[in-house]
Amino acid sequence: MSGWTAHLPVLPVVLPLIAGAAIVLIDDGKRPLRALLAVLATLTQLGVALWLAGIAGGLLHSPWGGEIAVYAAGNWAAPFGIVLVVDRLSALLLVLTAALGLMTLLYSLARWDRAGVNFLPLFQFLLMGLNGAFLTGDLFNLFVFFEVLLAASYGLLLHGSGAARVRAGLHYIAVNLVASLLFLLGAALIYGVAGTLNLADIARKLPALTGADRSLFDIGAVLLGIVFLVKAAAWPLNFWLTPAYSSAAAPVAGVFALMTKVGVYALLRLGTLFEPGGRPPLFGGDWLFYSGLATIATGAAGMLAAQQLGRLAGHAVIVSSGTLLAAIGLLGNQYTPSLLLYLCSSVLATGAFFMLIEMVERNRSYGADLLAVSFEAFGLADPDDPTGPDDVVGIAIPAAMAFLGLSFVMCALLITGLPPLSGFVAKFGLIAAALEGAAGLTPVGSWALIAALLLSGLAGLIALTRNGIRVFWSNARSTPRLQVAEAGPVAALLLLCVALAALAGPAMDYLQGTAATLHAPERYIDAVLQAEGAGQ
Amino acid sequence: MELVYAMAIGVVTGSGVWLLLRPRTFQVIMGLALLSYAVNLFIFAMGRLNMNQAPVLDPTRAVDVAQYADPVPQALVLTAIVIGFATTALFLVVLLASRGFAGTDHVDGSEGEHR
Repeated sequence: MSGWTAHLPVLPVVLPLIAGAAIVLIDDGKRPLRALLAVLATLTQLGVALWLAGIAGGLLHSPWGGEIAVYAAGNWAAPFGIVLVVDRLSALLLVLTAALGLMTLLYSLARWDRAGVNFLPLFQFLLMGLNGAFLTGDLFNLFVFFEVLLAASYGLLLHGSGAARVRAGLHYIAVNLVASLLFLLGAALIYGVAGTLNLADIARKLPALTGADRSLFDIGAVLLGIVFLVKAAAWPLNFWLTPAYSSAAAPVAGVFALMTKVGVYALLRLGTLFEPGGRPPLFGGDWLFYSGLATIATGAAGMLAAQQLGRLAGHAVIVSSGTLLAAIGLLGNQYTPSLLLYLCSSVLATGAFFMLIEMVERNRSYGADLLAVSFEAFGLADPDDPTGPDDVVGIAIPAAMAFLGLSFVMCALLITGLPPLSGFVAKFGLIAAALEGAAGLTPVGSWALIAALLLSGLAGLIALTRNGIRVFWSNARSTPRLQVAEAGPVAALLLLCVALAALAGPAMDYLQGTAATLHAPERYIDAVLQAEGAGQ
Repeated sequence: MELVYAMAIGVVTGSGVWLLLRPRTFQVIMGLALLSYAVNLFIFAMGRLNMNQAPVLDPTRAVDVAQYADPVPQALVLTAIVIGFATTALFLVVLLASRGFAGTDHVDGSEGEHR
């Protein structure tokens, strides 16, 4: 193996690191240069991610002679050295990260990156943490990359400052610090009994653990499971999410839509790797299923109760997490392809929605998202806020209202899973798999999942329709002003969802393959443990 | 030694959890600091407790893993300390910002109706 292509798997981590560090060093006054560097770095990441996905999917020639790439950092072979592993699932999530990252970055360049200092470097470090978490094949490095992405997210959440952001940030940071401590406890316990931190090696040693050692391992795994459920916003560990996401700056919230899915990814990855050795509790099965159902229920109730669009979107993220968790918990194997499609579609949709509502709210009349009843009950009057909607500079593009309305409708269709967009295809797949399950092993659970999926869709539809009517059909509306730089990325994300629906066949083929590799963990384990160092 | 060590971790963790649940931001940050000490001690213990053994290969000793302390948890603790330090420092800044905005050191940014 030779040539620089052997080093492709490490680029998604190294590129944003270098770019972020370089942007810090460039003077704040040279804004175009900073922006150019950030966009170039993110574009390159997208290219690398697509390339890796092509190789993992078997479409492109593989420099490492197989679908699963194992990159040994420092050239130390697997259980002793640190490895990065690219398989189909990692590559898929890398592409998703880079695509969402690029669009939110472009959106932020219109004005948000000037709301505070060092937005662009923090954004790159967030991408680095996300990419690293998806790539690493090592439990402790999973922790390190979690910390990298969390540290960057703390900074991004506070971007723009303000009392609401600081208060939400305080809670968010406290919750995540405690979760990190639990992560360390879990990782240390697992190291204590298994004697290794390499995920593949743990999976190999797992069947040999018996008695007290196995119990200790399970306790460690449960601690990890709690951490992942905190990240994935499972009920009752999700109360930090809505205030944090709804108060964050729009592009930050957009990219945060992906962050809950890191927890889902970790649950999927560890759960499937440990499967032959007996899946530890909380990595699938009943608990995860009930927790997922409760998450869907709270998220749906929250959507109905939400009086601000930002909180509505936060609850939409919770519903999508709950759907994923419940589906993983019920019958992981059967659901996986549709599950991954749902993951992609919901991340793109909620990401676009967070940015869209910021544009909508800028142009909205006061109190448009309050219920009419509560509006009157509290005797609120329009304060005619002079600093409100008119502080936006930009060229008014024609038919801006039409664009906003159409995008809003598309987001609503995607989030609730109505035809004809990709949200529907994914939800249909989940329900079809659940119907098969209903005829087989798990009739009650499957019907419960189907009911939860449909009812949460209905709740979302009611909430979104109500808000849509209030926002777009109200009498007192100003002429909306939009910048192409902001409308473009939102449109691109929604078009990606359209493409995902139009090309559902090829997409599902890739995802079927992903599910197949995910549920054949011995391929992953063999690839990691037999890999020689790269670059030889 | 194990018993004393375990009790120390238990006491520090207990104090940390109690402080974490208090309503003042300063108490929360002290609780987080105590918890991270306890976690670091715990990671260290996962390499097994032993006395007078070197983590780095020593040419004067026999080549036998039983003669050495496990170096991995020590490296992990080092990493965990650095990360914990950085995030605690960041939390301190947010704490001060919150105090500045809200004018109170309550974690919710306002005093509750009952205290």
